[in-house]
Amino acid sequence: MNFLQQALDFIFTGSNWAGRAGLGARIVEHLQYTAVAVGVSALIAIPIGLLIGHTGRGSFLVVTTVNALRALPTLGVLLLGVLLWGLGLLPPTVALCLLGIPPLLAGTYAGIANVDPRITDAARSMGMTEQRVLTRVELPLAMPLILGGLRTATLQVVATATIAAYASLGGLGRYLIDGIKVRQFYLALVGALLVTVLALMIDGLLALAVWASVPGADRMRRRMPQPLLDDEVRVDTGAAARPASLTVEGW
Amino acid sequence: MRYLLNHLDTAWALTLIHLRLSLIPVLLGLLIAVPLGALVWRNPTLRRLTTLTASIIFTIPSLALFVVLPLIIPTRILDETNVIVALTLYTTALLVRAVPEALDAVPADARDAATAVGYTRIGQLLKVELPLAVPVLTASLRVVAVTNISMVAVGSVIGIGGLGTWFTEGYQADKSDQIIAGIIAIFVIAIVIDVAILLGGRLATPWTRSRMRAGAAA
Repeated sequence: MNFLQQALDFIFTGSNWAGRAGLGARIVEHLQYTAVAVGVSALIAIPIGLLIGHTGRGSFLVVTTVNALRALPTLGVLLLGVLLWGLGLLPPTVALCLLGIPPLLAGTYAGIANVDPRITDAARSMGMTEQRVLTRVELPLAMPLILGGLRTATLQVVATATIAAYASLGGLGRYLIDGIKVRQFYLALVGALLVTVLALMIDGLLALAVWASVPGADRMRRRMPQPLLDDEVRVDTGAAARPASLTVEGW
Repeated sequence: MRYLLNHLDTAWALTLIHLRLSLIPVLLGLLIAVPLGALVWRNPTLRRLTTLTASIIFTIPSLALFVVLPLIIPTRILDETNVIVALTLYTTALLVRAVPEALDAVPADARDAATAVGYTRIGQLLKVELPLAVPVLTASLRVVAVTNISMVAVGSVIGIGGLGTWFTEGYQADKSDQIIAGIIAIFVIAIVIDVAILLGGRLATPWTRSRMRAGAAA
């Protein structure tokens, strides 16, 4: 197989990186789609997760929303969006938010809901207002799980932003999809390799952020967290396990 | 909606392909991950190694893996086998981490009781610890099954069959009703599979209901 050799040659040729359709520009486009989609997802999911986690009302809603959004096919929503609203940043952003919202919502909700009730009760008895309990006590304690959700969301969005190219947009998917279309498989491989490297790099950086966000002084002794999809799993299992454990702990 | 009703036989054929591509990997992944996870469970070095490998595999974008796999295994590009192998890798990667975690969560008194009544180590693993780990495994299986169904749909941009072909066809022919039909069909099968796994897990663990009642009473 010399596809790999051809692909590596393509990547390590400087002239392929320059210009409006070069590798550099495609990577910037790819990161742009990712950043916009993750940003919008965070703006929607984090406030809702904070509210539901803090009040404890509507936790059923979180599990339902997470499962329903996950079941919606990203590609279908993207292509439907292009047919309805035309080309532009709106269709890929909406489609990629379907991937970004579930882990962020699940992570934020689980982070806040799992804070030990004795700690929030102590904060209230010291005279903190509800708003301060949320921002000064619950939010810092929930930060590792929220950032874990952000990490999962970003990872999935980076990986799937490739499909934007199918709707005549840019990003690294251009190489992958054009390469398949014109049967130049080494070009498809260029796209595949670069998306993989990009995903691994971003995931590494966010893993570091999750690790640094753990409150307390003993983080040097802690292992690096590896949440990925676990935070969503935690919501599914946690919803069943919580009532029993709360009763036991509360008394 | 009308498109879906007018093309029910095509929809059924595509659904079968879609389910084959997304669920065979779930079964294969389960068959690999449960023994592997149980094997590395008690060995910290092997366990960390498996977890690390699994995390890296999980980070590779699926669309990219569909394209890269033919370089590693002797299949043609755009072959169905690539999809099954790639999704099996993801399923295994997710489950192989969940299995030891689920085993960790088995209550120590259940374990001590099993030892006291004279279970061997293997008997204890098969008859006590793995069954008690089923609820956590079910949760992971649901996530992975629904994700796989979505991933197979994305695969249609590189020519993989299944209900995703309605997206690419509908887009090229500018027929939004065909795309909507595809979205509805995939949404429905994802929900059906999700609920089926949930109920399967409940049926396999009849004791969870009585334990929840006991927990509430304590």
